[in-house]
Amino acid sequence: MSRPVRLTVNGAPASFDVEDRTTLLDALRDELGLTGTHAGCEQGACGACSVLLDGEIVRSCLLLAVQAGGRTVTTIEAVGSPGRLHPVQEALRRHHGLQCGYCTPGVVLTAIDLLERVADPDEEEVREALAGNLCRCTGYAGLVDAVLAAARDAGPGR
Amino acid sequence: MSTTTGTSSHSAAGRYVGQRVARIEDPRLLTGHGRYVDDIQLPGMLHAAFVRSPVARGRITRIETKAAAALPGVRAVLTGSDINPRVHQFWHSMLGPPPEMGGQTPYPPVRPLAHGDVRFVGDPIVIIVAESRYVAEDAAELIEVDIDPGTPVLGYDAGTNPILVHPEMASGTNVSEAVPMPDVPEVEAMFATAPHVVTRTFRQARATNVPMEPRGIVVHYNRFAGDMQIWAATQSVSEVKSSAARLTGLPEPRVRAIANDVGGGFGQKMMLSRDEAAVILAAHLIGDRPVKWVEDRQENLTAANQARQEAVEVTMAVDAAGTILGAKVHFFEDVGAFPSGTGSSASMAMGVFPGPYRFPVVLPASTAVFTNTVGKQAYRGPWMMETVAREQMMDHVAREIGMDPLEFRRRNILSADEFPYTNCMTLVYENVTPSETMQQALEMLDVEAFRAEQAAARAEGRLLGMGLGVYLEPSAIAFGMLSSDLAVLQMDPTGRVIISMSTGNHGHSLETTIPQIVADTLGCDIADVVLIQGDTATSPTGPGTGGSRSAVIAGGAAQTASMRLREKIVQIAAHLLEASPEDMEVNASVVSVRGTPSKAVPFAQVASVAHMAPDSLPPDMECGLEVTARFRPPGMFTWSNAAHACTVEVDRETGMVKILRYIVSEDCGKMINPMVVEGQIAGGVVQGIGGVLYEHFAYDGEGNPLTTTFLDYLVPSAAEIPDIEIGHIETMSASLGGYKGMGEGGAIVSPPTVANAIHDAVAHLGVHPTDFPLGPSQIRDLLRAVAT
Repeated sequence: MSRPVRLTVNGAPASFDVEDRTTLLDALRDELGLTGTHAGCEQGACGACSVLLDGEIVRSCLLLAVQAGGRTVTTIEAVGSPGRLHPVQEALRRHHGLQCGYCTPGVVLTAIDLLERVADPDEEEVREALAGNLCRCTGYAGLVDAVLAAARDAGPGR
Repeated sequence: MSTTTGTSSHSAAGRYVGQRVARIEDPRLLTGHGRYVDDIQLPGMLHAAFVRSPVARGRITRIETKAAAALPGVRAVLTGSDINPRVHQFWHSMLGPPPEMGGQTPYPPVRPLAHGDVRFVGDPIVIIVAESRYVAEDAAELIEVDIDPGTPVLGYDAGTNPILVHPEMASGTNVSEAVPMPDVPEVEAMFATAPHVVTRTFRQARATNVPMEPRGIVVHYNRFAGDMQIWAATQSVSEVKSSAARLTGLPEPRVRAIANDVGGGFGQKMMLSRDEAAVILAAHLIGDRPVKWVEDRQENLTAANQARQEAVEVTMAVDAAGTILGAKVHFFEDVGAFPSGTGSSASMAMGVFPGPYRFPVVLPASTAVFTNTVGKQAYRGPWMMETVAREQMMDHVAREIGMDPLEFRRRNILSADEFPYTNCMTLVYENVTPSETMQQALEMLDVEAFRAEQAAARAEGRLLGMGLGVYLEPSAIAFGMLSSDLAVLQMDPTGRVIISMSTGNHGHSLETTIPQIVADTLGCDIADVVLIQGDTATSPTGPGTGGSRSAVIAGGAAQTASMRLREKIVQIAAHLLEASPEDMEVNASVVSVRGTPSKAVPFAQVASVAHMAPDSLPPDMECGLEVTARFRPPGMFTWSNAAHACTVEVDRETGMVKILRYIVSEDCGKMINPMVVEGQIAGGVVQGIGGVLYEHFAYDGEGNPLTTTFLDYLVPSAAEIPDIEIGHIETMSASLGGYKGMGEGGAIVSPPTVANAIHDAVAHLGVHPTDFPLGPSQIRDLLRAVAT
């Protein structure tokens, strides 16, 4: 049985009818066509499906779409644009912090969330924050460099 | 942070080649606008799910599908008796047809779905096609399969097991392939009289590729048009097209395969799997609606083919001065039930076993066995067990004869004046720098400083160790269908170019590196070059991306095509300027008379004339501006090489290993894009570290997989991984542009490097590890065994 869900996605009102068991991940992808959020494990372990729910980083594969009713979801599609990248995205590009790109949307959102909370993270804090985002391509080298550089470029006293 | 130590550069850097050019593909990937196979949505699309075997071996006594078929939204429920008879042919282009069709590859039995019995946990039994993946999985739960379980065949000794994994195979044994040890009396005599003879057996743990994007395929067979269109997560669209045509009996030109963005592969997406074959055949049967199957992670971990379950017994003879006299090497491979092709990489591993050292003789043998486990396939450096065994053996032998492992390597490693060098397996090494990279890695490490730190730590009861690994990488393997690549280069009337290639970019940055080569060779802006790949309708047939081939072979084709196109552009420009082609130069998309910059025509004008004004062309010149070039590298292998060094601390109490420093000195020839090279190194190194310390795809004694989620199968995270410090040496290869492949080396030599560091930390306690994984529990067991 489907039920209607109304929420705010990337700053605009959105609605869809889904079964109770539909994950937020599947609803974003299949109902709203926001395919930037990726399924990596559907067990909450890899971070590829990360989105912001009311500003907090969550795994959209572990949430039901109905749980997002009345709330605000931000996906990768709302962060930067190909012509005007967010500073974290720009840093990932400059430091080769992505290869195949599959884990990248989750990494971008996790890094932005970290830098909102910690203005000047050290390497260990960056590695710890990214520990829930599995990447099989980069060996994390460019990814860690990028987040540190993005923090540095944002300047002290952020 | 990576540090780069450039030591030498043998050719002038181009405007793009040799530079850290930011990737063209990044903006769309960073903003979530990549197009992966699961992003494909088609009108009327159906979704597939599999019912898989819960036991390793058993006879299927009943399959009840009525309830599933009756579920609203279910379009088809298909078993082995529906799917398997529809197979026309199922073999892989790279390996050729099976013996019964005149080929030489001993494939396992052909059956996309299990039929009559099951042969590993995860063996697909039923495919369900439904309106949604949710409904397909609901239907899967309604299917009843009764299996009479049998004792599974497991372990390297499967060859002596009377129970057969594939009873219908004529061989009547579980040995899939075997090469006996040659009987050479003079070598035996040498071993009998050698001052030192050391034997060890090294074992790797089963690991798996784990691309972050699992396998997936969308297949639309339009029975009214008689054609099939496929979107796939693949390293080679050509292979998908050919395989689908062979499976269905459709003519190849009636099949079109497309891969847009692909989320990693590392070998797992080279050859079409049984599951994908079942989806193709199901869609072919359904005949009007597209069918999508994207596996979930548990399927990927249990049913996608895996790698690294290998052991090697090495016996090495050494003289009194520490000079290697020879080795006997026996490779053992567990290829599971349904390997991709044969699953064996023994022949390659034997050829490169001598690595960067002087081995007067190596006697090789190999045994590969079928077991009731998931099949073996290529994984980044499929033959790398040779380096895993050899580099650990160098340390074990050195310690046995009382010599420093570094000194033992120095005595036996090939030096610059010995190349070209033909190894004892008849492979010719050239343009490689094993001793130079070893020296650079050791300098970056500062061995003396580390030894002092190690001694001080040991005095406090702490266990520090350093390890080294050196190897030669046979990149750009060029035989059979892998020998060449084709580039089709077209300049449009505005003066911009499209290059079409068979490459299968899945993280390799080819959308950037190929245009770097083209732009430099033509003399234009990189923004004016677009690489077209991943669509059999618009890009040429070829082997795709894998085997560290694209930089050398695709890069060579791109460069050759660009040289030819440039020549035609210059001829047209010279004709328009009434000058001689020899007097022309090209700069920033403008052709001008050398020394007279005012006499110039831009590419756009040349292109416009070539397309629109045939009468203005030189007499007898063909209209248009397009060329094709097929490139075959000069050698069967284009060797690259590297030396890795690392330091570790082993926690005596917990058995945890912490990597303190990880150092790489790499020589991959002319670097097209050093940033991309370093990314490939780091990614490979971390996969290799994972295989030693964290990743172990484990089975219990009944053939049940124990690590079927990311909570059990531990892919390294950013938290465990150290900085990777990288030094470069650039020695040009003999191939066009001086490029060498280097995509696999990081994963090849990092495992023994880490193992040697652990060994160095604990050897003084009498602990000499040989088996992976070396996780906390294994190390604790090893330390306890000597403590009592």
